[in-house]
Amino acid sequence: MSDTEMIDAVVDRHHGDGTRLMQILRETQEQLGWLSPATLTRIAQAIAWPRAWVEGTADFYSFFHTRPMGRYRVLWSDNITDRMLGSTDLMQAMCKKLWLEPGRVSEDGLVSVDTTSCTGMCDQGPAVLVNYQAITRMTPSRVAEMVGLIRGETPVADWPAEWFAVDDNIRRKDMLLAHDLVPGQALGAALERGGDRMLAEIKDARLRGRGGAGFGTGQKWEACRNAPGHGAGAAHYVVCNADEGEPGTFKDRVLLTSYADLVFEGMSIAGLVVGARKGMLYLRGEYRYLLEALESALATRRAANLLGSNILGSAFEFDIEIHLGAGAYICGEESALIESLEGKPGRPRIRPPFPVTRGYLDQPTTVNNVETLAASCLIAAHGSEWYAQHGTEKSTGSKLLSVSGDCERPGIYEYPYGVTVRQVLEDCGASDCQAVQISGPSGICVAEGEFDRRIAFEDIPTAGAFMVFDETRDMFEVARNFAHFFAHESCGFCTPCRVGTTLVRNLMDKIARQHGSPYDIDELFKLHRLMQGASHCGLGNSACNPIFDTLNKFRPAYERRLMSLDYEPAFDLDAALSQARQMTGRDDAGAHLQNEAET
Amino acid sequence: MKTSKSEVSVQANAREARVKADRPAETKANNIFQLDGEDVPFTPGQTIMQAATANGTYIPHLCWHPDFSAHGSCKLCTVKVNGHFGSSCTIEAQPGMEVENRTMELDDKRRTLLQMLFVEGNHFCPSCEKSGNCTLQATAYELNMMSPHFDMFYPDRPVDASHPDILLDFNRCIMCALCVAASRDVDGKNIFAMGGRGLLGRRVHISSESGKLADTDFAATDRAASICPVGVILPKRKGFAIPIGQRTYDLAPISRQVKKATP
Amino acid sequence: MNASLSPPKKLRVATTSLAGCFGCHMSFLDIDERLLKLLDLIEFDRSPLTDIKHCGPCDLGFIEGGLCNAENVHVLREFRAHCKILVAVGACAINGGLPAQRNHLDLRDVLEEVYQTEAGLSHGGIPNDPELPLPLNKVHPIHEVVKIDYFLPGCPPSADAIWKFLTDLLAGRTPTLGHGLLHYD
Repeated sequence: MSDTEMIDAVVDRHHGDGTRLMQILRETQEQLGWLSPATLTRIAQAIAWPRAWVEGTADFYSFFHTRPMGRYRVLWSDNITDRMLGSTDLMQAMCKKLWLEPGRVSEDGLVSVDTTSCTGMCDQGPAVLVNYQAITRMTPSRVAEMVGLIRGETPVADWPAEWFAVDDNIRRKDMLLAHDLVPGQALGAALERGGDRMLAEIKDARLRGRGGAGFGTGQKWEACRNAPGHGAGAAHYVVCNADEGEPGTFKDRVLLTSYADLVFEGMSIAGLVVGARKGMLYLRGEYRYLLEALESALATRRAANLLGSNILGSAFEFDIEIHLGAGAYICGEESALIESLEGKPGRPRIRPPFPVTRGYLDQPTTVNNVETLAASCLIAAHGSEWYAQHGTEKSTGSKLLSVSGDCERPGIYEYPYGVTVRQVLEDCGASDCQAVQISGPSGICVAEGEFDRRIAFEDIPTAGAFMVFDETRDMFEVARNFAHFFAHESCGFCTPCRVGTTLVRNLMDKIARQHGSPYDIDELFKLHRLMQGASHCGLGNSACNPIFDTLNKFRPAYERRLMSLDYEPAFDLDAALSQARQMTGRDDAGAHLQNEAET
Repeated sequence: MKTSKSEVSVQANAREARVKADRPAETKANNIFQLDGEDVPFTPGQTIMQAATANGTYIPHLCWHPDFSAHGSCKLCTVKVNGHFGSSCTIEAQPGMEVENRTMELDDKRRTLLQMLFVEGNHFCPSCEKSGNCTLQATAYELNMMSPHFDMFYPDRPVDASHPDILLDFNRCIMCALCVAASRDVDGKNIFAMGGRGLLGRRVHISSESGKLADTDFAATDRAASICPVGVILPKRKGFAIPIGQRTYDLAPISRQVKKATP
Repeated sequence: MNASLSPPKKLRVATTSLAGCFGCHMSFLDIDERLLKLLDLIEFDRSPLTDIKHCGPCDLGFIEGGLCNAENVHVLREFRAHCKILVAVGACAINGGLPAQRNHLDLRDVLEEVYQTEAGLSHGGIPNDPELPLPLNKVHPIHEVVKIDYFLPGCPPSADAIWKFLTDLLAGRTPTLGHGLLHYD
């Protein structure tokens, strides 16, 4: 089959539908290795889109390659928790063995090694993706063995199966993880109630979004249900946000691995309430390995008459598609996610209008977190009264925490809302803890004096990340890792975030090189104030949170790195003469510059 | 100094006259909001920016253009609406809204945003044909930007001289996407699209396999050829045509040249 | 009492051009007869006008041009160490200006092209005399190396802009230029 025939076959499978461009690009790349200019031209023709649109999408996502990246692409998860488990040294060792520079493709086009944002394996790192398949628990011996397999060009499918093992590590179960529902039970109860009463139950249960922001799920569903569809394609849609990209968060991965029925059932209940016939699960590209299992779970549900038409003998019709992302944290933002579902770069939309009135294909769309949808099943099955007995006044039910970092038992912990940070630390076996980063880099850094604070919307809201740092950790390096993350993940749409995240990263690197001064710290505060108010979406608005928190709570970690109290140059002055020294062969005193001023 | 009663009424009359002249017939008397303390009338559905522009009031902006739908990316038009920051080009005007525009706080933020744009690209005004007619430059003058403040990025960006009539110099691009909108909405050609990610990745894509403008059906008569607020899309053989002193923003500051939509 | 009645001490001013073209200095001379008025208020330390080689303690320092070599860095630091107020004058000092347009080229390629491969050269090799300052990998504006107190943009700033700036500064006002005087070209 020629490349053109192959591309055409992929596009045909997606009915030439441009909104499926993400899937078309991924499937094409899985076969051809990369997306060449000619490939993009062919795809654009086949879906009848302007070529620049196709290229714009292709070069937005980290996992699409418009340049050859090697037959083996190794990506090291670069979350701080991976680093704490030694990922930096392991990656260096791998590059050394392969005679490679990070980010470069080997001369023979065989392999490239680079970093990627957190892959959601924080409780079993250091983690890598090899050709977008997840591998956990890297060790020096695995690195050595992997290099051998790459050199010998052994297909990734033939690599040791245990490398690809991903554990759930469920350490504490509560109402959700210990549920006793059988597939169809919650949906059956919802169908019996009907959409109106089901909505009322959700509202009475005071269920709130588990993605961190805590918007009322009932309110969201109601707004979507009440919004009219538009034009010829009038419809309502349910989207499950499984783009779990916040570093340190991995609870959705566990829900999708072992509780997929609950998630799909929650989507169906949402469909019933809002009047949707179609649901879409947006799965982050890092969880590509879950795709086949999820597809087969959907097939089982279809066979059991839990999806499709006349569901459980009712008039309700609903089905679910899975869309795979391609490495872009920003797609966790609901309007960016919808853009991505439509085949476009994941750029957050101007809001209002909100997705509940104009979302996917401009139609009313409810976008809900994986955990929220799963929780809705409990409400459907057991009623709002029972549900609202759990948790606190404003935070009913339970929360899944993804615990990682310096503790004996990392993994998934489910608690009723209201649990203290201290309790979680005790349960996971964290000793000598100096700080916890809750809800990821965009969340909050909680220091020792605040460990009696509670996980609840009243106090500390969270999407679930709970990264523990003991006293040996350097909180400046933690914040610097997060600054790099945001600079890498900024979509580049708005000025404050596009430029600001990189300015912040550069300032943090300058301080790390011990070339900083108090002036640079003032600059960080100034950038924080600007980005927080002026950015287009939550990413830019919260990108300086970890800097702001650590500057306030761990300021000495910054100060001890400062070069002096004076203004310091932006760059290494002596290094700036390196090329001229090399070209002239000079090494006399005049061929050097001191980095400190002479006077 | 106190303002006399007669002066007040003269000002009020003048304002009323202007309001009447610009106010479409259906505008109700209560469709008014406050912009820096001044009454600004609006028609329902208008954004703060649209209403202010119709009123002849300047809100700094770069990516917004009266002929196109809002893009909302430059954030220069950030105002405070009832105490909260927001983009005036995307927020619909509401009766009684209190909007802060040219306050020291907001202009400070805008100046920083401009400095970000200046260090992000390669903006060498003395050698740019657009100098004097450039919205970025004029806005920086308006906001008293004396230096780029931050460390320069000096990015490596391409120049595309392939087209017979048009030069593209992306060193000056501010990612406003007006060329994208003009080519899509007016020319119906979709020659340009925004792509890439982050500071180094963000770019304008050209709709040809070579990436060259010459391999598209772009024409110098396209609306997109004249929309660029900075010196990226330039006609060839026409550089520095207007003498210094007579260029658009030599004549008056940008805040006194509020342009309304093309009828 | 007497002190306040005696004429104010003249401000000591130093100026220099780093990687610039002296155009800003020429524009300064364009203030013409106002120079005489200015000389009642200031006296010059190091400057192309005095030929003093090193900057002593000064009230004001004016720097034209950016940083393209090691000597530029030494001179800039000497100015910063001796001047209470340091002013970046002109496009090159402020954003690197014309010299910075070499920044998208690799310095190695530039030196090779100029001294080794360009046709018509005697192929004498890249100069390596220790007397010569080495070029920096990239050209930088001066605020990337020392703290700058004020910026006076323009290529060059006009004589009127310079005059307005100076009179504001000497009168103790924060300099402002306003429409027509503030320009980057």
